[in-house]
Amino acid sequence: MRDTLAQTDREPAAASFFAGELADGPDWLQSLRQQARTHLGEIGFPTTQQEEWRFTNMAPLRQWPLHAAQPAARRVGPADIDPFRLARDGWCLVFVDGRFRPDLSTLPAQGAPLRAGSLRAQWEGDGRDLEKNLARHALCDASFFTALNTVCFQDGAFVSVPANAVVEQPVQLLYLAASERPGAAVHARNLIVAHSCSSVKIIETYASLTELPHLTNAVTELALGPEARVEHCKLQDENERAFHIATVQAAQSRGSHWLSHSIATGARLARNQIQTLFTAEGGEAILSGLFLARGEQLMDHHTVVDHAQPHCESHEFYYGILAGRAHGVFNGKIFVRQDAQKTNAKQTNRNLVLSEHALINTKPQLEIFADDVKCTHGATVGQLNEEALFYLRSRGIGADLARRMLVRAFANDAVERVTLAPVRAHLEQLLTERFEGLDTSLSSHG
Amino acid sequence: MLEICNLSAGVDGKEILKGLNLSVKAGEVHAIMGPNGSGKSTLAQVLAGRSEYVVTSGSVTFNGLSLLELKPEERARAGVFLAFQYPVEIPGVNSTVFLKAALNECRKARGEPELDAVEFLALVKKKTKLLELDPALLHRAVNEGFSGGEKKRNEVFQMAVLEPKLAILDETDSGLDIDALRIVSGGVNKLRRPDNATLVITHYQRLLNYIVPDFVHVLVHGQIVKSGGKELALELEERGYDWILEGAAAHGKS
Repeated sequence: MRDTLAQTDREPAAASFFAGELADGPDWLQSLRQQARTHLGEIGFPTTQQEEWRFTNMAPLRQWPLHAAQPAARRVGPADIDPFRLARDGWCLVFVDGRFRPDLSTLPAQGAPLRAGSLRAQWEGDGRDLEKNLARHALCDASFFTALNTVCFQDGAFVSVPANAVVEQPVQLLYLAASERPGAAVHARNLIVAHSCSSVKIIETYASLTELPHLTNAVTELALGPEARVEHCKLQDENERAFHIATVQAAQSRGSHWLSHSIATGARLARNQIQTLFTAEGGEAILSGLFLARGEQLMDHHTVVDHAQPHCESHEFYYGILAGRAHGVFNGKIFVRQDAQKTNAKQTNRNLVLSEHALINTKPQLEIFADDVKCTHGATVGQLNEEALFYLRSRGIGADLARRMLVRAFANDAVERVTLAPVRAHLEQLLTERFEGLDTSLSSHG
Repeated sequence: MLEICNLSAGVDGKEILKGLNLSVKAGEVHAIMGPNGSGKSTLAQVLAGRSEYVVTSGSVTFNGLSLLELKPEERARAGVFLAFQYPVEIPGVNSTVFLKAALNECRKARGEPELDAVEFLALVKKKTKLLELDPALLHRAVNEGFSGGEKKRNEVFQMAVLEPKLAILDETDSGLDIDALRIVSGGVNKLRRPDNATLVITHYQRLLNYIVPDFVHVLVHGQIVKSGGKELALELEERGYDWILEGAAAHGKS
């Protein structure tokens, strides 16, 4: 393993890192952090003995000398940000190594239809909005990394959309890793509050400016008020030595609508925990995911849809493309609680395997306690359709291009579900680039 | 244009074509008829380069090229076109994007300049009229959700756009109602030129009322056992294949 250091160097560093140094904040936040630290000790670092981590081995992370990322010595300026900015007409909050950079950000002005800024600015000012929601949705008692994030986070984004505000322009949260010291860890924490009948679109981007190993441990909480509509688009394209762990947790009030996208193309190991809880009737969640894993990458999506209330709908579509020696994991958990009659829950996981050495573990997990519900799930693992390939070639299209067209076609649904045109355009370009370099012939050499 | 010599081929270890001979010249229309399982579709697939079909002996020369040595895309670029019996649906691949890529690959191979989007759309507009094809279909994924008739029409439409030297129509008439049959065969006839040729594979004679062949061949047990003019098709329609099968069996015994 290329990031392994000598035993003596690594153990103390990792141990003290994961014990959790309490970060700063007002009393209410300190008390949250302390609770989280208690949970941290109880849960312990994930191992493959735990069902939730059976296929995703986090042990290599412990072998790093991790340290809390310090403000980058490398000067990061507008030119570095530019390639990652997706919607020019919207707002952008830039974080470099976890530190908010107002100088690089485009914040909503006075009179804008929403509020957006750094969490730290919130808790250092009037933190009431924050206190009501922060760490109330993404719970620390069952997740080591959520607990660790709650103990350690330095900053993150806060977006609040007032009741009835329909905001067309997106807010982008841009996290860039720029540290020149290997092993920098960032615990990013975001809170999105969409009040009743509001509508907002969020783009959350994670990328690296260096090729050094680093850790991102992000938690995003979304509180959707009654009839609120949120589109959340998470784009993760960190370098292939990075570890990326993320929890996206929504809490959905009556009649709210959440459209979630998770597009994962980067990191050596990426774990996405996408979760929603229906706290009232009539909510709808559409969870869409697409990952492209190649080389030695591991891409993991764990979803939890908690139908705690009746008359809610959830639709999950997670698509994976695997090449080289990549490993994909999908675990889709659906709870239908006793009172959640008339639930409609659908889950689809499709995987395209381009190499004999790639591996996918997929598992639906349905726990249904109500009797008048509709729940379906399906998982497929397949290769490129030979008949389609021949058809394209028989019209003069070369084998390479034909394969790429079919791989691209497989990803199409996930791209089409994104309503933000600039994000779709970005994905078109990104996928085209990645597929060009992809060995799509079913090879026996990794 | 096309010389098939002593061609034997099969799939899954089973020999289907057993020493087939056929010669097609530019400007000609040849019909290949025969009972089910005689090897008609195998011949079409072998000519197009489907890798599941293994050629065990023989040769195919196409305009001086040794066809069997070429990849499917190279054959297409050299001017071979197969209208599939069962066109495959390809979700996620847009029809227009696909056809533009295909045409430009073929044009590149012919040393012609690639068409830009505007030129391509003008061409498409012209050709959809020829096949009375709803242009809205081209905004959809390749063949996806097309009716049986639309798929067949789309095959001939692609042929009209790509302008092949040799078109192989594999049971293009099956599943078509009489109006669609008239449109499709009308399209094929309009595409006939002195420098191209058509191989019509069909089970029934009715298509040959519309696409009138110069030669009719009867394929039985992987061999062409009888050849004649267009009147042979009528005879087959009237008498069925049994008399030929008996003749072939007797010939086989002697």
